[in-house]
Amino acid sequence: MQTIHNIPMNMYLLLSTVLFSIGVFGVLLRRNAIIIFMCVELMLNAVNLLFVAFSAYLGDTQGQVFVFFIMAVAAAEVAVGLAILTMIHRNTGSVDIETLNKLKH
Amino acid sequence: MNQLIPLIPLFPLIGFLIVGLFGKKISKNSISILASGSILASFLVSVAVFVQVQNSASHAITVNLFDWISSGKLHVSFSFLADPLSALFLLIITGVGFLIHVYSVGYMKEDEGFHRFFAYLNLFVFFMLLLVLGSNYLILFVGWEGVGLCSYLLIGFWFKNTAFNNAAKKAFIMNRIGDLGFLLGILLIYLTFGSINYIEVFGQAKFFSSEQPVITAITLLLFIGAMGKSAQLPLYTWLPDAMAGPTPVSALIHAATMVTAGVYMIARSNILYTLSPFSMQVVAIVGVLTSLFAASIGLFQNDIKKVLAYSTVSQLGLMFLALGVGAYTTGVFHVMTHAFFKALLFLGAGSVIHAMGGEQDIRKMGGLKKYLPLTYLTFLAGTLAISGIFPFAGFFSKDEILAHTFEHNKFLWFLASIASAMTAFYMFRLLYLTFFSGFRGTKEQEHHLHESPKSMTIPLILLAILSLVGGFVGIPEVFHVSHWLNGFLAPVFADSEMKTMPEYTHHGTEITLILFALSVAIAMIYLANNYYVRLGKRPPEEGAAIPPFQKVLYNKYYVDELYTTVFMKPFNWVSDKFYRFIELRFVNVIVNSVGEGVSWGSRTLRLLQTGSIEFYLLIMVLSIALILFVR
Amino acid sequence: MIAILLVLFPFFASLLVLAGNAVSAKKAALFFSVLELLLTFYAYYLVRIQPDATALGCTIPWIASLGINFKLQLDGINLLLVVLTNVLLPIIVLSSFTKSYKNAGVFYSLVLFMQMALVGVFLAMDGFLFYIFWELALIPIYFICLLWGGEDRARITFKFFIYTLSGSLFMLLGLIFLYQHTPGPLHSFDINALYKAGQGLDVKAQSFIFWCMFLAFAIKMPLFPFHTWQPDTYTTAPTQGTMLLSGIMLKMGTYGLLRWLMPMVPLGIAEWGPMAIALAVIGIIYASCIAVVQKDYKRLIAYSSIAHVGLIAAGILAFNTQGLQGALVQMFSHGVNVIGLFFIVDIISTRTNTREIAKLGGIRNVAPQFAAFFLIVLLGSIALPLTNGFIGEFLLLNGIFQYSAWIAGIAGLSVILGAIYMLRSYQNSMLGEPNGLTSTFRDLTVNEKAVLIPLVVLIIGLGIYPKPLLDLTGPAIQHLINSSLPIIKP
Repeated sequence: MQTIHNIPMNMYLLLSTVLFSIGVFGVLLRRNAIIIFMCVELMLNAVNLLFVAFSAYLGDTQGQVFVFFIMAVAAAEVAVGLAILTMIHRNTGSVDIETLNKLKH
Repeated sequence: MNQLIPLIPLFPLIGFLIVGLFGKKISKNSISILASGSILASFLVSVAVFVQVQNSASHAITVNLFDWISSGKLHVSFSFLADPLSALFLLIITGVGFLIHVYSVGYMKEDEGFHRFFAYLNLFVFFMLLLVLGSNYLILFVGWEGVGLCSYLLIGFWFKNTAFNNAAKKAFIMNRIGDLGFLLGILLIYLTFGSINYIEVFGQAKFFSSEQPVITAITLLLFIGAMGKSAQLPLYTWLPDAMAGPTPVSALIHAATMVTAGVYMIARSNILYTLSPFSMQVVAIVGVLTSLFAASIGLFQNDIKKVLAYSTVSQLGLMFLALGVGAYTTGVFHVMTHAFFKALLFLGAGSVIHAMGGEQDIRKMGGLKKYLPLTYLTFLAGTLAISGIFPFAGFFSKDEILAHTFEHNKFLWFLASIASAMTAFYMFRLLYLTFFSGFRGTKEQEHHLHESPKSMTIPLILLAILSLVGGFVGIPEVFHVSHWLNGFLAPVFADSEMKTMPEYTHHGTEITLILFALSVAIAMIYLANNYYVRLGKRPPEEGAAIPPFQKVLYNKYYVDELYTTVFMKPFNWVSDKFYRFIELRFVNVIVNSVGEGVSWGSRTLRLLQTGSIEFYLLIMVLSIALILFVR
Repeated sequence: MIAILLVLFPFFASLLVLAGNAVSAKKAALFFSVLELLLTFYAYYLVRIQPDATALGCTIPWIASLGINFKLQLDGINLLLVVLTNVLLPIIVLSSFTKSYKNAGVFYSLVLFMQMALVGVFLAMDGFLFYIFWELALIPIYFICLLWGGEDRARITFKFFIYTLSGSLFMLLGLIFLYQHTPGPLHSFDINALYKAGQGLDVKAQSFIFWCMFLAFAIKMPLFPFHTWQPDTYTTAPTQGTMLLSGIMLKMGTYGLLRWLMPMVPLGIAEWGPMAIALAVIGIIYASCIAVVQKDYKRLIAYSSIAHVGLIAAGILAFNTQGLQGALVQMFSHGVNVIGLFFIVDIISTRTNTREIAKLGGIRNVAPQFAAFFLIVLLGSIALPLTNGFIGEFLLLNGIFQYSAWIAGIAGLSVILGAIYMLRSYQNSMLGEPNGLTSTFRDLTVNEKAVLIPLVVLIIGLGIYPKPLLDLTGPAIQHLINSSLPIIKP
């Protein structure tokens, strides 16, 4: 508990912002579906980090409860997402999102 | 005894229902007996009612059948009113109606639509009786439109003929124009008096002061209705065309009864008209102009029925003139005498047409006196009556009209006298061309010439007798005999009499007027005799060169053509433009363009759907950022 | 209780017909609709012996948290329209007996479903419920037109659907706006609460509501210039669909105007009523003129229907006893007459394979009975006295005349124009010499007579004795006026 408080709140904010931004840019710039997927996870975890930090600072456990929810959802998402990716790879032979452009005007 | 009154219209209605529904299954004899019998029964009841009205203290009997329309403060009951005016009309309608039914049995014997004809005729009598028996304006209107329907059905009786159908349609539509005016008049009456019941309306109107705009509006609107039904300027053109119907129809509907409904209506509303001198003036002027106008057209017509039709229009004009100068009794008197002699003339014409095998052109007749002696004699009686020769019925009523007009306005009298003179001329022209000199038709026609059967000649004889003696109910007081009709109808016009200053003609003047009118008529007869018998002149054949003045008259002043160009063609043009341009190219296009706008927008927005996931992601992130920052 | 029965009976009948044998579907539909008719007569009897008819209705909480109730009520006004619906329905079903529709089970089931929705619209006394039934009525008629319609049906039915649907969305907007102004926190969709809410608003808000609702009703009726869906839809729909649309469904619009708009926004009416009447009257003349130049019989009747409805709307907007009562009587009469006309046109078009008036002629020679029935229905339609049309038209013109004599004069022109186009078309199709197409025209069959005789009895019977209709609607109309007149004319 003490160690958390030793580091100022700003640092946590900074770290999670950096992580989140990396996630966002990764999603926007990369074309590999798996990487995009990882970047989404990164964004989720950046938020988790904030939740935990605030929870500790404010002495409120609600934030940590939310983290569990998010983890559960993320796990489900991974399960479904990876299954979809596998199917995409099986059908198109690649995991490049540019190949998925059939749905257009 | 009051229960008798509803029977009067009920008999013809039953006749109509039986003949109309089962006409095909019963023999022609039974149809004749049923149809004529129902009218005869009505006539007998009418006589009873007539006597009863005359003897009753109040001179008015009301019979309430049931509540017809009631909505809020508006209550219209289906009820009948028998008073001297309606009693007189009842006798005319059922009496003349019966004779014409009997006549039709002979006239229509060969027609395949025999049962249809009698069904319509009975229905007509039913509506006509409703018209004169109704105790409020709406029942009057029911009869008014009902007779219009029957007129439509009977003009177009031979419905295979397109020209006849057009005439029927024209009659109905022109009548409807008048009917709209009439209906609006009724609505204004309701708004003004809070009722449309005669007794209540007239009871209140008594206390109105003269020359109120609302009364003038009411009376003028009602008069529009009368213009349509009674074929006055400018709505008269349907009546000559209506001669397309079988001749008994022309006699009953388009001469004796229906067309006088306008006169009945104005005589009924006399108190309202008395309150509006302006409307009276309008009625008188329209009447005299119609009379003159129609009489001048009648001078050069060659169709036997057309001549009679124009003379009917002209006589109706005289009736309205009488009403317009405030001589209500005289107007009604002329309705009665006119019913006798005009029915007689039409039936006589029918007898001629029957003998000629359907030919109606007087240029192809001539010398029929010898073949159709009975028809000739009765036709002569009718012609003398309409020309106003003493002692025939027309003499009395027409002289009364002229005398009253003379008191009222000398110029109108002058015009009316010209119209009467013309009437005498063209009627005798008709008589001479039809019955005198040698036969001008084909050999075959001549071979077929025969006097009509008894069922046709007996009504002719009876009507001729009526035309001879019918005028004696109204002998002018200058002869020191009481004017019976004046006394009989007095209760109906009592309120109007109180409102106006009675004008008395000097007896000397009256006798001078009578002698003048008589001598003019005789001069005209002499002229016609001289021209068509002694000199043996004939009307020009079709297409022959004729002087321009005569040509204009022969073509009826081109009024039909005028109406076609001024009303029908623009109306059709406007309708067509409404449909082709406003409807299809404007309203519809606006609505469709809303739909097309939406689909254009969708087509444009669809281009955003590129299929590139990166692009979607970018938009998503930017949108989220936008939402965050805008807040 | 009877009210809910009136709504639910056709619904279950519809399910039964759908589940049952397709061959006997028409007979089953006829049977059920006749039963419903008897039920309606019973309801009529109940309302007549018991003028305060609240006990006949029902109020069942539905979505309580939003203040929405399943509220049905019977009074003279809506009972008249329910009677109209349920009288016409057996006739409509009977008129289809000579036809063999594909998937007859579905067809008749939809017809009965439509009946349920129509009765529901008329009886609903809760704004939300009213809206639900209003839209529910659109679904069966959409499918009837789409699946059994004629030429170009997909495009036309689509236009019809979208047009009326967008109109009703405006109505929903208006209803929700009113709902928001009912006393909270628990708002209510109850009609009386909505009346109160509407009457309490200022002119601007009332005008807004007026146009929202008026648009929906004007499209449904339809009034000029919102009518362009109507001639196409009437022409392409199967005859029974046209009958449902013209005979009953358009009365939803006039009924809505009467019940859901006039008492609700008195100030809005005072502000915009004259303009709405002007639209109605322009529509009368406009549609009558257009009817004159129509070549297709069904289109002619469609345009004449626009003219008639314009007169009804003008009578409602004049808002006085005669105008409103005339409107109700005329709704009934118009329903009867227009169904007769469409049936007659259907007979002509099935026998000659054409609806083009110019190609016909002389039918009266070979089919005199048919011609006679046609003439009677036609006379009812042009409002000849002693037919049902006259009673309504006289009262309507009377009501409009009290509003303004000039407008009555112009509206009255329909009397003349109606005679012109009706007689012209009658002459061109029935009179004259028969031609190749019409010389073999068969006279009426027993089945066709069974349809036409009740209609003719209604036309003449109600023309001579309109008392049942007038007595039924009189007190209800008086009540409606009293509940809103003090505000319109202080």
